[in-house]
Amino acid sequence: MSKTKKERPPRQAMPEQPPEERIHNFNEVPLGYDEETARLEASRCLQCKKPQCVLGCPVAVQIPQFIALVAEGKFVEAAQKIKEDNVFPAICGRVCPQETQCEMKCVLGKKDDPVAVGRLERFVADYEREHGEVEAGEVAEPTGKKVAVIGSGPGGLACAADLAKLGHEVTIFELFHEPGGVLRYGIPPFRLPREVLDAEIDYVRNLGVEIRTSFVVGRTATLDELMEEHDAAFIASGAGLPRFLGIPGENLLGVYSANEFLTRVNLMHANEFPTYHTPVYCGDEVIVLGAGNVTMDSARTAKRLGAENVTVVYRRSRAEMPARAEEVHHAEDEGINFELLTTPVEFLGNEDGWLTGARCIRMELGEPDESGRRRPIPIEGSEFELPCDTAIIAIGTSAHPLIKDTTPDLGVNKWGYINADPETGATDKPGVFAGGDIVTGSATVIEAMGAGRRAAAAIHEYLTRQED
Amino acid sequence: MNEIVSREEIAPRTFEYHVRAPEIARRRKAGQFVVLRVDEHGERFPLTIVSSDPDEGTIELIFQAVGVSTEILAEMQVGDEILDLAGPLGKPTHIENFGTCVVMGGGYGMAPVVPIAQALKDAGNTLIGINGARSKENVILEDRLREICERVEVCTDDGTYGHHGFVTEVLAELIETGEQIDFVLAVGPTPMMRAVAELTRPYGINTVVSLNPIMVDGTGMCGGCRVEVGGETKFACVDGPEFDAHLVDFDVLMKRQGMYKRQEAECERVTPVSQKRGKRP
Repeated sequence: MSKTKKERPPRQAMPEQPPEERIHNFNEVPLGYDEETARLEASRCLQCKKPQCVLGCPVAVQIPQFIALVAEGKFVEAAQKIKEDNVFPAICGRVCPQETQCEMKCVLGKKDDPVAVGRLERFVADYEREHGEVEAGEVAEPTGKKVAVIGSGPGGLACAADLAKLGHEVTIFELFHEPGGVLRYGIPPFRLPREVLDAEIDYVRNLGVEIRTSFVVGRTATLDELMEEHDAAFIASGAGLPRFLGIPGENLLGVYSANEFLTRVNLMHANEFPTYHTPVYCGDEVIVLGAGNVTMDSARTAKRLGAENVTVVYRRSRAEMPARAEEVHHAEDEGINFELLTTPVEFLGNEDGWLTGARCIRMELGEPDESGRRRPIPIEGSEFELPCDTAIIAIGTSAHPLIKDTTPDLGVNKWGYINADPETGATDKPGVFAGGDIVTGSATVIEAMGAGRRAAAAIHEYLTRQED
Repeated sequence: MNEIVSREEIAPRTFEYHVRAPEIARRRKAGQFVVLRVDEHGERFPLTIVSSDPDEGTIELIFQAVGVSTEILAEMQVGDEILDLAGPLGKPTHIENFGTCVVMGGGYGMAPVVPIAQALKDAGNTLIGINGARSKENVILEDRLREICERVEVCTDDGTYGHHGFVTEVLAELIETGEQIDFVLAVGPTPMMRAVAELTRPYGINTVVSLNPIMVDGTGMCGGCRVEVGGETKFACVDGPEFDAHLVDFDVLMKRQGMYKRQEAECERVTPVSQKRGKRP
């Protein structure tokens, strides 16, 4: 039989820990491709002359080129090809919303399933690391220029890595006691194993970047003080301020912000209490409010902490859920319930101050709002009580005000996000650049990395210009 | 980093440490705190900075060993390093020349009072100190309070030293005898702060308390330390830790402070601090 295009293999599935097993541990859920599956999946790529996938990638990874290398079995070379544009493929292969980026644009996706770009990216990065093939990045001659990077999340790490390679002396200032930002305190280890994160951070450190932990810019030193000792700064402090609903009963015991719930587990290891001394309270009936990745992370974490029933409560419908499709599927497989078109209007508690339930109201969808999504409208008379002993509020975060409040001449918009040029990250202050969630509001890891890399290029140009 | 340069047990299970932390020492103002973590397994928890010496690059911390984290901290010796120390955090105290101020502390609540009292004095206020403790041996910082204040009343719950009774009784007497009081600062156990708030409320005396809810990051990122003040939710770590005593919902504060009582007891049971002691060279 002659080989025709119609015989293209199907999109290759990635093996996973079975749901009934994984809800009892914090180990990674998807187990990754083996070499054979990776090559088979890579062979599906059409190698388009004008690759659309690249246009869908915030950092324009050379996708067809790296996939061609995978198909040839040149996995290390493939990883290095990605690293020309993306310093952290092991992270992005795991946490990027590929279905709205590269894979959405894949031509194959019009009639068939798109190429599993994310799974291939993850495979080659893991292959490179597990085979000890990660090369220390090449570092240029020292320029004598010093750059302060504020925040060690994806934006800060990506910016720091690029600047270090260009020969600049980079110090990252991190307020927590461990680096990684949201990759550490927010994303759970079952989605991003700690050894993967640690390896990526080690890579940045090996480029000569110093990471100062427990350093709170705005408190330990102000931005202006840092600028006295540095030639430039990049602010990547994130959108770390948790949003609450502002409804009665929100301060009852058992009501958490997702930031607190996840920080207690991911950063402070509350899942290993009392070996680790930070506790977390997780009851049997847990509701999680919102529908983003953080919502799914919180729900799945609660399940792993032993909750009997975990219910995601979201005011819109499934179509509007902003979480990665894979995270929603994983949550469903793990037995997470969904109460859609529903929102709480009040938390109810007992006399000791503990949460006992949420009074909720059903919603229907009206006209699209400014976000382009249909606006949820409460249905009169539809109120009902949802019993729960734990509620996790995962409806988003706002700009962290500490740097803005201590840097009077830093321009911000009405929501407190820093005004920065989208191309360069330049702010109103000379030598100060900004990017990631503190500029755009909550977005994705890869977008923050993209902003960090663009800012690194602009900072390099700024420092070189200073020289002349 | 964060080396303990001096260590003294100033009352039973109450310790005064000086810790090398030059950056924090340089910037710290009255009313601010640090968040620390004692070892790899430790919690993050806040302690008030009692004083700082920018020239020496040290800060002073006073704490009572009352739980696993503080017990482990109490085991540390001169030359040991505190694993993580972040600060100075929180809003500095709002200081102005109010006139006559009463500064009062209960137990190791005296530790946050001293730096604020000093700042009030430096701003030209006349100070009356009330220093309360369970028993004579638990009275701390009396000498330092006497240096700052025009006069100091000491009281103990058991009457072994000074006035026999609570700090609120001394304050009530001051108010009743017609003493002009323009400002009251009270720091101590939550029931004490609530009692002070109730006492001064009818007289409309400007009263400030420093709250000590459970914190994780201490920089506004988790909301674990949220308190209700004047019907609004505030984060003690970034909006406080000091608030108008007459607006604080002490009931919510007390309940939230006790949220992990069961876990704390469990952790204490399975983490004998002597184990930690055994690990030391």
